[in-house]
Amino acid sequence: MSQGNQSETQPVGSGGFGTVADSSLSRGERYRRVLDLWLVAPLRVVWNDVRARIGAALVVGFLVMGVVGPALVAEPRVGQAPLLVGPFEGGLVGGSWYEVTSTSLFGVSVPWVAVHWPLGTDNVGRGILEQVVHATPRMLTMITTAGLFVTVLGTSVGALAGYTGGRLDQLLSTLIDIVMTLPGLPLLLILVALLEPKSPVVLGIVLSLQGWAGMARAIRSQVLTIRSTSYVEASQAMGLSTPTIVAKEIVPNIMPFVMINMVNAMRQVIFASVGLYFLGLLPFSEVVNWGVMLQLAYSNGGLLTVDAAHWLLVPMVAIILLSMALILFAQGMDRVFNPRVRARHAETTEGSGDEPTDTSARTASLGGEL
Amino acid sequence: MFGYFVKRTLQAVFTAFFVVTLSFVLVRLMPGNPADQLRGQLIRNNPDLSQEEINRRVANYINIDYSQPLHEQYFAYVSGILRGDLGHSVSQNAPVSEILGQALPWTVFAFSVAILLMFVLGISLGAVMAYNEGSRFDVSTTGLGIVLNSTPNYVTALLFLYVFGFTLGWFPTSGHISSSIVPIVDPFRPVATAQFVASAVYHASLLVATVVITGFGGVALAMRGNSIQVLGEDYLRVARLRGLSDTRIALRYVARNAVLPMYTGLLLAFGAIIGGSAILEQVFTYPGLGYYIVAAVEARDYPLMMGGFVLITLGVVVGAFIADLTYGLVDPRVSTGGDAS
Repeated sequence: MSQGNQSETQPVGSGGFGTVADSSLSRGERYRRVLDLWLVAPLRVVWNDVRARIGAALVVGFLVMGVVGPALVAEPRVGQAPLLVGPFEGGLVGGSWYEVTSTSLFGVSVPWVAVHWPLGTDNVGRGILEQVVHATPRMLTMITTAGLFVTVLGTSVGALAGYTGGRLDQLLSTLIDIVMTLPGLPLLLILVALLEPKSPVVLGIVLSLQGWAGMARAIRSQVLTIRSTSYVEASQAMGLSTPTIVAKEIVPNIMPFVMINMVNAMRQVIFASVGLYFLGLLPFSEVVNWGVMLQLAYSNGGLLTVDAAHWLLVPMVAIILLSMALILFAQGMDRVFNPRVRARHAETTEGSGDEPTDTSARTASLGGEL
Repeated sequence: MFGYFVKRTLQAVFTAFFVVTLSFVLVRLMPGNPADQLRGQLIRNNPDLSQEEINRRVANYINIDYSQPLHEQYFAYVSGILRGDLGHSVSQNAPVSEILGQALPWTVFAFSVAILLMFVLGISLGAVMAYNEGSRFDVSTTGLGIVLNSTPNYVTALLFLYVFGFTLGWFPTSGHISSSIVPIVDPFRPVATAQFVASAVYHASLLVATVVITGFGGVALAMRGNSIQVLGEDYLRVARLRGLSDTRIALRYVARNAVLPMYTGLLLAFGAIIGGSAILEQVFTYPGLGYYIVAAVEARDYPLMMGGFVLITLGVVVGAFIADLTYGLVDPRVSTGGDAS
């Protein structure tokens, strides 16, 4: 990363050193390099790995669904459709869930397919697809909040503990151990009963109150190993301030860990929120989470009758896909941030050689989450 | 070694103390003041009770007498918990310790079977995957592991309940044992005992299957990673050069060194999964610890809620403590303690 800046930081003009300026890059070239380093190379890395490709595609899909979806899909309202319509009513060919009509586009009549409740409706006549789509922005807000919260807190506490050492490290490590030992769900149940969070931002923070500890511990041990490397010692000898060293020398090295832990925190929040909504312990007034759909479907006999089974299955599929998207995406990002892999890919698009592929082991948790 | 022991013990004691304090703070912060709520309930049900009698009962229920100064309330609360007195459940109208004491064995039974199976299956699968690294089997199993690991266990639970419980009717959908069975463990009546155990296993089987199915993928992937790392070590090459048999290498060298790091994981997973048992027990209507905690939260039964929280946390603390202490015995490399990380 430092090669890009080297030539521009040379003193210009004065004396014999001026000759160095000959090799400096033009502005356009510099921009192209930055673009290559931060955009083209990562994309290439992602594109070369099947898992990362699938993950990135799914993540983009959910983002589109959350950002554009609510504008395209009608808002779910009670009684907007017949009750308990099955998915793809009437079959894929000649079904009654779609209708070939025409619409006018800039005054010209063009053929058009109108879709009615493709994934069916619930027992009060709200479209299932509509509910899934309209719950997405809130879910994305929630997991983004949680991810940011956990990342900021976990990284700063972990890096601080690992970097400073001594008594502060001991204090913080004890705190981390305690927070990690607390059993997640019972504590969440009580906190949720206490706070009754409704806003997705608050919910994201409450549900990830514990997540930062695991991250802080991983970061701490990483920082411990980095702290004693020669380049950090060199920075210290140069008299750089502690915050500068942490931000410039240490944080870039722990990015893969940060990504994986952040994604894990996001998945835990999805699982926890859906679980708590499913148990009916979080307050809701409309369908704000896929867990609400699960809860309504389950309590209205989604397990007992085939009529309501689709109502239960659609949010399940959404949850599994989002969680899988996050795991695969994290694996792709791990390869992007991993300096060894990155160097190789930045040089050439070929050669996904022999780097260890056991990142999945780090991503996989022991099933301890909800 | 002694310093390590002292450090871990202090930490465990400190954590336990922290949790008890936290639960005290939480019960005091509860919205709608549980004491006033209870007092209202008592007055409504027994209008002729004296004020003192009501105060005494409220204190007896939630273990906190709000009329005392704060430090005395706290001291009374902690000493109550130390004596095993967790208060009196409002919704179940029984001592909390009694309710949780009856629920605990079921949770421990179902989840220990599940976790044991999960680890056995995961570890053997992970070892095979690592041995055939890069093969089609490895790639497809890794994919499967990721998919299974992305599924929340309650989703799998609902699917199992739907398919095997309601649709096919192969498995019971609620309870610990069937109502016609007498819960008895008596060596002199082997038939009745066997019936009881069989019924208990049968009723827990869907729950166990859910935990195993959603959990073994993660274990297998972790084991695979560890084994691959071990397979690259120099001492394995040396072992091969020495002409040791493949079985001996696989068991003594690879398996042992790959499983060791997962030992603490086992005990921690136990705590985490029991902590997360609430939703599964609710889905399968399996009255264990988690089931009662959820029921307590729904009924705003503060004593039962706090009792469950304290009990589960203390269990997890003890589990982590045992893991820390015995890890040195299992793996001689860490006997000096300190921060292995």
